[in-house]
Amino acid sequence: METSKVIHAIYNDDDVLMAAVKSVKAEKHHIEEIYTPFPVHGLDKAMGLAPTRIAIASFLYGCVGLTVATIMMNFIMIEDWPQNIGGKPSFSYLENMPAFVPIMFELTVFFAAHLMVITFYLRSRMWPFKKAENPDPRTTDDHFLMEIPVHGNEKELHDLLSQTGAVEINIIDNAH
Amino acid sequence: MEYKISNRLRLTAIILMVVGALGVGYSFLTSHVTFEEVETMLANESHHGDGHGETTTDHTVKETHEIAEGTHDTHKTDEHSGSHENVDEHTKHVNHVMHAMHNRPWSAFYIAAFFFMMISLGVLAFYAIQYAAQAGWSPLLLRVMEGITAYLLPGALIVLLIAFASGTIGHYNIFVWMDPEVVAHDKLIQGKVGWLNKYGFLIRGLVFIAGWAAYRHFSRKFSIAQDKADDNKNFKKTFRISAAFLVFFIYTESMMSWDWIMSVDPHWFSTLFGWYVFAGMMVCGVTTIALITLYLKGKGLLPKVNDSHLHDLAKFMFGFSIFWTYLWFSQFMLIWYSNIPEEVTYFITRIEDYKLPFFGMIAMNFIFPLLLLMNSDYKRMPWFVVMTGVMILAGHYIDVFNMIMPATVGDQWYIGIPEIGSMLFFAGLFIFIVFTALTKAPLEPTRNPFVKESEHFHY
Repeated sequence: METSKVIHAIYNDDDVLMAAVKSVKAEKHHIEEIYTPFPVHGLDKAMGLAPTRIAIASFLYGCVGLTVATIMMNFIMIEDWPQNIGGKPSFSYLENMPAFVPIMFELTVFFAAHLMVITFYLRSRMWPFKKAENPDPRTTDDHFLMEIPVHGNEKELHDLLSQTGAVEINIIDNAH
Repeated sequence: MEYKISNRLRLTAIILMVVGALGVGYSFLTSHVTFEEVETMLANESHHGDGHGETTTDHTVKETHEIAEGTHDTHKTDEHSGSHENVDEHTKHVNHVMHAMHNRPWSAFYIAAFFFMMISLGVLAFYAIQYAAQAGWSPLLLRVMEGITAYLLPGALIVLLIAFASGTIGHYNIFVWMDPEVVAHDKLIQGKVGWLNKYGFLIRGLVFIAGWAAYRHFSRKFSIAQDKADDNKNFKKTFRISAAFLVFFIYTESMMSWDWIMSVDPHWFSTLFGWYVFAGMMVCGVTTIALITLYLKGKGLLPKVNDSHLHDLAKFMFGFSIFWTYLWFSQFMLIWYSNIPEEVTYFITRIEDYKLPFFGMIAMNFIFPLLLLMNSDYKRMPWFVVMTGVMILAGHYIDVFNMIMPATVGDQWYIGIPEIGSMLFFAGLFIFIVFTALTKAPLEPTRNPFVKESEHFHY
């Protein structure tokens, strides 16, 4: 945490939250984080977050999977132990390619999917035995929490947030 | 917003039809080559080194052919020459090539007719899915789809007419099983006569077309009535008939693809052929919806259609392209792997005589859309969607080409006047009918229960 003091505004409706995010951004305040019980459509855009790059990562992982499948099948079925299966000549990867397409496809998907999930968890700072960062357990049920750092503008922020329909506003002193 | 077909577009359509008709007429008139003409043509070809097949089998054919050529003169003078077998082989080969050349304008005309019919049939199925799924994103595009499906009735009747005419006024130029002479010597076709007979073919075709046209007629009628209604009764009726139509469609589409396409190779069959043709027609249909929507939007006629609608259409183009490839590969790999002679001959013909269109089509229909439409931002750029769309349509024309031509013209194929003329003719007819139909109703359905959702649609 960059600041020692943060303000937690709690909402109980995603539409109210969206409107609140827009008015907070309009007042040029920085929103540190928002905790929601479910993904809220369009929230990232309203918060001004940079677009995700996970699609690019996924494409690259897919390319890795395709390469691994090709090299692996070439080694196993062509170089190391060629076999005659169903009368197909087994000494050329290209001529046997149709038989390898399902494996190439599956490994592409496998690599893309698994590495993308792992990347997503790491990027979100989530890993096994990690202590939850969630400041308020109600955000896993039916409440939304917006966290804004305070720079000596406590009163102003408090007034703004109560206007946006926050059901609860707390000022938290982070001593660490 | 009311649409009026511009004079320039109408003129373009008419010019396309006239030029196309001239090309088709020319190709039919010049296709009636005689035995002697084919003989000299083949002799010239083998002297100049032939551009078509580089395969060894072709060369041996050419060699035996030349031997036959040499012995032919002696044959004329001496009836009892020892080269009788060679001469028979030669006559058979020349006859074969001659028939292939006679078949070419018929096949080219049939392929182009089928291609445009397939677009509007795919759109009709897509349209029914929108209603059956009560889709909220698409109502702004429904009138565009209705315009495209206006081509279905005339287009499908033309396809059936060409098919039937090829077996009556033609010389069995597309479907060999229509020839009683062929059936008499073919045990396998004899076993299929219960299904593959001329009148059964005609009656089935008429039943398919009647069902499709009836759905199109009533859904269009209810869609226009809904604009002026004050309740959702018309929409509910369309919902019901759409669900029923989709059941009817998937059976008849499958049978149509056996009848109108798969039976050109009457010995060969594939159990997923109906799905394969279906995937192709959906891709072409969605692509055409996107192209016509972009055209109309470019004229400012569909102001409420936003780039999220385009994004969704491009997603469907991408998805159905992958689906098509999946089915193409499923059909190919099993036959390639099992290598059963009566099945694998289908792909051997295509790989030996049609190498470029066969593999080029996979690049155009799979690799091209896969790479170009993968990025989500590109799906919102009109020129990108248009470029990919044109490539997809061309690729699927070649797909239909690969389904028909190897069976009818064999290695005597070429993309020349018959093919281009037919394409121009049907493109002109398609544009003319579709854009005339678009003028008949407002381009935005006003009282569709989901039209508000469609207007605010964003991804």
